[in-house]
Amino acid sequence: MSERRPNFNPRISFIVNGERRTVEAPGMKRLLDVLREDLHLTGTKEGCGEGECGSCSVRMNGELVNSCLVPVLQAEGAEIETVEGLGTADGLHPIQKAFLECGGAQCGICTPGMLMATAQLLAVNPHPTIVEIREGLAGNLCRCTGFKRIFDSVAAAVGKMDASAKTGGAHAG
Amino acid sequence: MSTSEKARIVGTAVPRKEGVDKLLGRARYLDDIEREGMWFGATVRSSIPRGLIRSIGFDRRIDWTEFTVVTAADIPGKNHIHLINTDQPVMADGMVNHCEEAIVLLAHPDKHKLREAVDAVSIEYEPLKPALSIEESERQDPIVWGADNILKSFLLEKGDVDSAWATAAHIVEGEYRTGAQEHLYIENNGVIAEWSDESGITVWGSLQCPYYVHKSLLAVLDLPEDKVRVIQTETGGAFGGKEDYPSTLASHAALLAMKSGHVVKMAYDRMEDLAATTKRHPSRVRHRTALDRDGRLLAMDIEVATDGGAYSTLSSTVLSRATLHSPGPYVCPNVRVTSRSWATNTVPYGAFRGFGAPQAIFAVERHMDEIAAAIGIDPVELRRRNFLHDGETTATEQVMREPVILDQLLDRALAESDYYERRKRFARENPSSAVKRGLGIAAFYHGAGFTGSGERYLNSLAGIDVTPEGKVRVLVANTEFGQGTNTILSQIAAESIGIDYDDVEMAPVDTNVVPNSGPTVASRTSMVVGRLIERAGLQLVGVLHERAGLKQDFTRDEFFAACERLRKQDGEVVSRCRYEAPEGIFWDDQKYRGEAYPAFAWSVQVAQVAVDTATYSAEVDEFWSVQEVGRVLHPVLAGGQIEGGVAQGIGYALYEKVVWKDGRMANNQMTNYIMPTAQDVPPIHIYFEEIPCRFGGCGAKGIGELPHDGPAPAILNGIRDAIGVGFNSIPLLPEDLFAQLNAQESKAEAAAV
Amino acid sequence: MRGNAAAHELIAPGSLEGVLELLAGAPGEWTPIAGGTEIMVAHAAGRLREKKLVSLWGLGELRFIEASEDSIAIGAGVTFGDLRTHSGVESGAHLLAKSATWIGSIANQSRATIGGNLVNGSPAADSSPALLVYDAEVELISVRGRRRIAYSDFHTGYKRNAMAPDELLYAVHVPIRFREHKQYLRKVGTRRAMAISKMALAGTALLKAGYIGEIRLAAASLAPFPARLYKTEAALRGRLLNSETIREAQEALMDEAKPIDDIRSTAAYRSRVAANLLGEFLLDLLSAEEHQ
Repeated sequence: MSERRPNFNPRISFIVNGERRTVEAPGMKRLLDVLREDLHLTGTKEGCGEGECGSCSVRMNGELVNSCLVPVLQAEGAEIETVEGLGTADGLHPIQKAFLECGGAQCGICTPGMLMATAQLLAVNPHPTIVEIREGLAGNLCRCTGFKRIFDSVAAAVGKMDASAKTGGAHAG
Repeated sequence: MSTSEKARIVGTAVPRKEGVDKLLGRARYLDDIEREGMWFGATVRSSIPRGLIRSIGFDRRIDWTEFTVVTAADIPGKNHIHLINTDQPVMADGMVNHCEEAIVLLAHPDKHKLREAVDAVSIEYEPLKPALSIEESERQDPIVWGADNILKSFLLEKGDVDSAWATAAHIVEGEYRTGAQEHLYIENNGVIAEWSDESGITVWGSLQCPYYVHKSLLAVLDLPEDKVRVIQTETGGAFGGKEDYPSTLASHAALLAMKSGHVVKMAYDRMEDLAATTKRHPSRVRHRTALDRDGRLLAMDIEVATDGGAYSTLSSTVLSRATLHSPGPYVCPNVRVTSRSWATNTVPYGAFRGFGAPQAIFAVERHMDEIAAAIGIDPVELRRRNFLHDGETTATEQVMREPVILDQLLDRALAESDYYERRKRFARENPSSAVKRGLGIAAFYHGAGFTGSGERYLNSLAGIDVTPEGKVRVLVANTEFGQGTNTILSQIAAESIGIDYDDVEMAPVDTNVVPNSGPTVASRTSMVVGRLIERAGLQLVGVLHERAGLKQDFTRDEFFAACERLRKQDGEVVSRCRYEAPEGIFWDDQKYRGEAYPAFAWSVQVAQVAVDTATYSAEVDEFWSVQEVGRVLHPVLAGGQIEGGVAQGIGYALYEKVVWKDGRMANNQMTNYIMPTAQDVPPIHIYFEEIPCRFGGCGAKGIGELPHDGPAPAILNGIRDAIGVGFNSIPLLPEDLFAQLNAQESKAEAAAV
Repeated sequence: MRGNAAAHELIAPGSLEGVLELLAGAPGEWTPIAGGTEIMVAHAAGRLREKKLVSLWGLGELRFIEASEDSIAIGAGVTFGDLRTHSGVESGAHLLAKSATWIGSIANQSRATIGGNLVNGSPAADSSPALLVYDAEVELISVRGRRRIAYSDFHTGYKRNAMAPDELLYAVHVPIRFREHKQYLRKVGTRRAMAISKMALAGTALLKAGYIGEIRLAAASLAPFPARLYKTEAALRGRLLNSETIREAQEALMDEAKPIDDIRSTAAYRSRVAANLLGEFLLDLLSAEEHQ
């Protein structure tokens, strides 16, 4: 085996919200920190640093992950979606609209993670039962709402996305 | 658009004032903020609960010239946090009185080098014997605070308790305990501080009370008022945990900023926030109750003890509220409450949603069910026979001048929960089921606003102004942290003036911009500050009528045109109002007698619980909460407050245990401090009865804390119903339920031998 | 974040062969990291001592599920999300699929791997009790070749296992001859979701005319590592199942179990609940038998 020179700052490239991004960072830097510090995407939050609260949730290659537990090297070549890619002020995603209308956000700190978990849930299961909604969001802790209006928001989002699908809208799941 | 009797905006579900930023990930919380050339701050903390500091060592493996190092010696002003007393130091000086007490502060531009440096500071102590519980403090050996370890005491007396025992048909005693509870806001504490010679110190932070921080910094930094500026950043949850602690954190960051000459950010991670910041006061409450043959209360002798931690902070006011809520919503001719807050060598306790009431109400509502069982009366009936009604007096001899509708709330709660039918069904099903079900209730009030003359002392000032750009701004120091402050105060302003909700915005919570309208605590915002904004709005319109030619029925354009005419006269358009105490509020702070609170919110809650006899774990199947909080200003926000408070109350009862090891929180991680998840919180049904309050903002009374008062006793009463055993201590984890059942079994076996 | 990312080196050889060569060339120097759900927690707490890490994430050679007639082969890189959604696992190794649903949250399940779960070796490991009562085998691989051992021989002590310094856990093989057995698995956690196990009990049993023909019992958190309850099994094997045998088995279990007090629970609670769960399983067996 040839002599290996350690590389503590490799170039790592991945797609974030549809855009190719490249960083030079230690492989063990957390994806969460790369998003927030290197890419200045501060929508994704840190609440616990140990994968318990879900406020760092993002979608990676179509799966929900806690970005505080992903070493950025393992995100090489991945497609990552964060809350910043979900919608815009003029074009809110139906999930965002639903949370707005149903009181799904109070202090808002869990909201980005909650929205990504909802997006993941509805991508995999467009018509979840309340039991499935509870399970889909069980990894996202909210201290303000008692979850009730978050469940209502998810149910409302289902309705909106169904309606959008019928009219062939952009957010049809 | 004009002034109108009917509410157009208040009472409707307008969109939250902060708009869509939270949903887009654009809301900027403290740790999202980066400043050029920013340094980071960290804290070296005590590892023992009590002792003398013999030496502070700085390991030579670190190049300390790169760091800014701050100790108590660097404090330009007073080494104390200005709260009620001034016994809490900003930093330990020669002695530590609790684990995690700040001893050395460090700042450096590199977070990782900072981490290494914290580990490279070694403290040598001469340990002293600590007091680590109420009982240890009561022994008064060692004395760890003042002359007798007593942070505060109260004595409340009504009638003559001692005369009642002889004639009582029943006497029932009980002891009830509550543990510490952590706020677990999902955003940890954090501040950024910046010093400049021109402006002085500016602090941005996740906080509830900018003027508390302001006042503290004046003393610590020895600066004049105009050289200290405090700005609240978007705050990710608070629940009381950011009421006083930010004063300490801000002082630390400010000291580092001043000494280093750099902007300094201090944002705690979860492990540090859990271990080092405030929590709910643990309590022990003892009841001795005399009743007549019909179960009517003759006398209540109550002893309240709280654990205040190492410094007094808010222990006196928490104790006050506990004292005043300990007799429950009942009529009783003879009441004595003896209460004490005890100093221990643990992290000082602080404010947490309910502020002494959850502790006191847990005890009295559990005790009512124990009384019911002891004397053979249904717990619902027992409460009915003793409920307060209009015109009756409380333990402080306050006459209930506003309507008291406890019976109505109880009726509704029983109906909505199908209480009697469900209990019948469980009585049939439980014997053959491994999972036993039951229902429990709790009835309670929560005094809105500060106790007695507290509001007079606060002397709050709030206002409304109009900018040249045509925006009506609410000027308050009250903070949004999810509960909806921004929204409801904007609603009230729009309503009272007679303009659109969208024309109103909140001025930034910046002590350079807004007046001191008091802290965002004690469920006072909608009632007290809302009333100030309501008056300010009416006052503004009045002035515009008088001096700027505004007609009685005006359009939006006419309103703003009149404002500009006023601006030409006065140079500004602003309307301020100062707090005015309602008529007839008399409170004797010495005797603890009179109008304890200007208004009360009322509630009855029902919990259906399921106890799994294989695993000893209790869960809440379903929950109902009926409440009267005056006018509901915003149905979605109000509902959210009740549901969130109930969820925290469920955590308080069954999940959230602080594990102590030698005075330190051993389970300071979210993996091990357990709050209920989306799969644990049951369906919560809420119902409002509305009776507008004469002196609350647009008729509102306080709402935020009320819902946290009832779940714990309702749940433990439900457990008693389900398995016939009363548990008197929370949090009640399966291990605790098992241990008590096991102990009872062993006792029974021993007795049978 | 108390860990210093710059103080660690993480490499990704990109192939199983590359990883094995690395481990062979410098045995004990490189720590494999799969989904990172354990290692990254230690890293964030500033407690990650391992400075050199080799990534197993994304290696297709490790992420496979192959069901044959008599066994399911599960690659060590299979996540719990993969496990719970695989129909072959659900039908052939139902308890394993069940255990996958209550590990962490959806976000944890998409990253936590079965290999990581076993190699981490926590006595509370969620997949272990099911694997033990299915007589699972683990396949270990190195440049020197492959070998299989019974999973029940894999753990040798608290967080110690039978792997050589140059070996990697390659796959778990689960025999699917338990379809006729009665199966039981229950986990007791601190709450319904995202709960580290306080204890868990798994069981498979075959009854013949009221007698216990086959019985396998395994538990989490009753020993320094997940283990079979051989003494308790012995108290049941070959015996007529009735309330007396059940009681004796519960006593045997409480005697065999050696749980500890820790930050999450107490030894007394764990023992008692384990006995209760055993009772629940055996009573279910009894009533199923009686209804036949």
